[in-house]
Amino acid sequence: MADTSLDKGAGGAPPAPTRREVYEAGVRKRANRIALISTASVVLALVVLIPLAPGWEDVKRAFFNGRVFAATFPGLLEAFLLNVMIFAWSAPLIALTGLAIALCRDTRSPALFPLKLFGIAYTDIFRGLPVVLVIYIIGFGIPGLGLPRPWNSPYIWGTLALVLVYSAYVAEVIRSGIDSIHQSQRSAAASLGLSERDTMRYVVLPQAIRNVVPANMNLFIALQKDVALLSFIGPVEIFRQAGVYKSLYANFTPYVGAALIFLALTIPATRYADYLMNKQNLARR
Amino acid sequence: MSVKLSLSGVRKSFGANEVCRGIDLDVAEGEMVCLIGASGSGKSTLLRCMNLLEPIDDGTIHLDGVDISEPGLDPQPVRQKIGIVFQSYNLFPHMTATENVMLAPRRVRGLSRDALRPRVTELFTRFGLKERMEHYPDQLSGGQQQRVAIIRALAMEPEIMLFDEITSALDPELVGEVLDVLRDLHRQGMTMVLATHEMGFARELADKVCFLDAGRILEQGPPDTLFTAPQEERTKAFLARVI
Repeated sequence: MADTSLDKGAGGAPPAPTRREVYEAGVRKRANRIALISTASVVLALVVLIPLAPGWEDVKRAFFNGRVFAATFPGLLEAFLLNVMIFAWSAPLIALTGLAIALCRDTRSPALFPLKLFGIAYTDIFRGLPVVLVIYIIGFGIPGLGLPRPWNSPYIWGTLALVLVYSAYVAEVIRSGIDSIHQSQRSAAASLGLSERDTMRYVVLPQAIRNVVPANMNLFIALQKDVALLSFIGPVEIFRQAGVYKSLYANFTPYVGAALIFLALTIPATRYADYLMNKQNLARR
Repeated sequence: MSVKLSLSGVRKSFGANEVCRGIDLDVAEGEMVCLIGASGSGKSTLLRCMNLLEPIDDGTIHLDGVDISEPGLDPQPVRQKIGIVFQSYNLFPHMTATENVMLAPRRVRGLSRDALRPRVTELFTRFGLKERMEHYPDQLSGGQQQRVAIIRALAMEPEIMLFDEITSALDPELVGEVLDVLRDLHRQGMTMVLATHEMGFARELADKVCFLDAGRILEQGPPDTLFTAPQEERTKAFLARVI
């Protein structure tokens, strides 16, 4: 490596490739050729073999029907707006509740011990239950009390169920971030006479939250998908709408359309979270 | 000179490991005391006990004649009077140098940024960092970071400064700029206690040198005496190894 950079610096003419560069270019070429051949043969096998399956024609008609797709896709997109809206008001509530629960669990003052206990119970309970179960219990249970409008709305109680479950996860992620801040930072703050409260607020939390942004992004991507679970208690969001279309057209293609819409959002978001995570790992090195 | 800080019979254990085994030490006003000794001899722990980062198990610490080692005493006011600088700087990485320095005066003493600005700028200027005030710690060299850490402690206007091997993590060519800061502070009459491996520096500037061995002050005295005519065998052995 050092040799080649020297060569480049010395002469104006393009330097001749070194022996190693020639060798590495050969290796790269060979690797690319193998990857291309193996990928092409797998794709070819799939394209040739799947249509040979006895039920292929039926599956094609039921799941990949172009006419049904074109007819339902705009409606699905519209229904998806509801998912986005539920997500948009749930996410900040989850972030705030999660932070509050994390701080509850982290408190050291004996007077606040009940809070700590509450934080522990909260995270244990809501991380231990399937999301759909919490949505059922809260979404059907609370309106069952016979509350007047608008307090019987499935939007309110469905959102509450999502907030309860997801804030428990977010709380644990934030707490791991708080734990990851080295004791020496607290020592430094204490040695300057800062109170524990100020130490948490100005020294520990800003660093902790920054550290757990990528991990929390993954949670919020999962939340975006789980919004679909609210369909079980009423709201006609994309999954429910796809079901309506399925019955209407007696065809499953709307589900495929819904899947595509989810992927269009979640794949870029996941990639972005990965990118942030990599950037952070690089910065730590 | 009046005694500023006085330790007597200070003991400190971490579990079964007794790190300080009865330490008596007087630090006079304006004095520079250097603690020397092998790693693990208790220097760092002793410093951390002095500003109550570690509660002591037994013995007393008096600051201006007031017992500050009373169990249950609020450590905050004491820590405002006794600043400490650590080997690993411990700057807050998410804040600029200026924010690092201003945080404690703002939150603890309730001063505004504007009120602090002139004094903070003066400190940065005095230690040659005026151009680096808005830099983040990871944009500064080790020596610069350590000087910011010193400024951060000084901004609380402490009466005593503790330095815990503050040059040990630095590249050799950066040690000098930090030692210059200490020289400057000593000239200004700051009361200082240093744990250090810089024997040349201790010999040049210390008013008193203490040799710590296995949690005790085995020998103490003016540097000329201690470095040239140590009484204890272990002191001689240690000095022979490091000088």
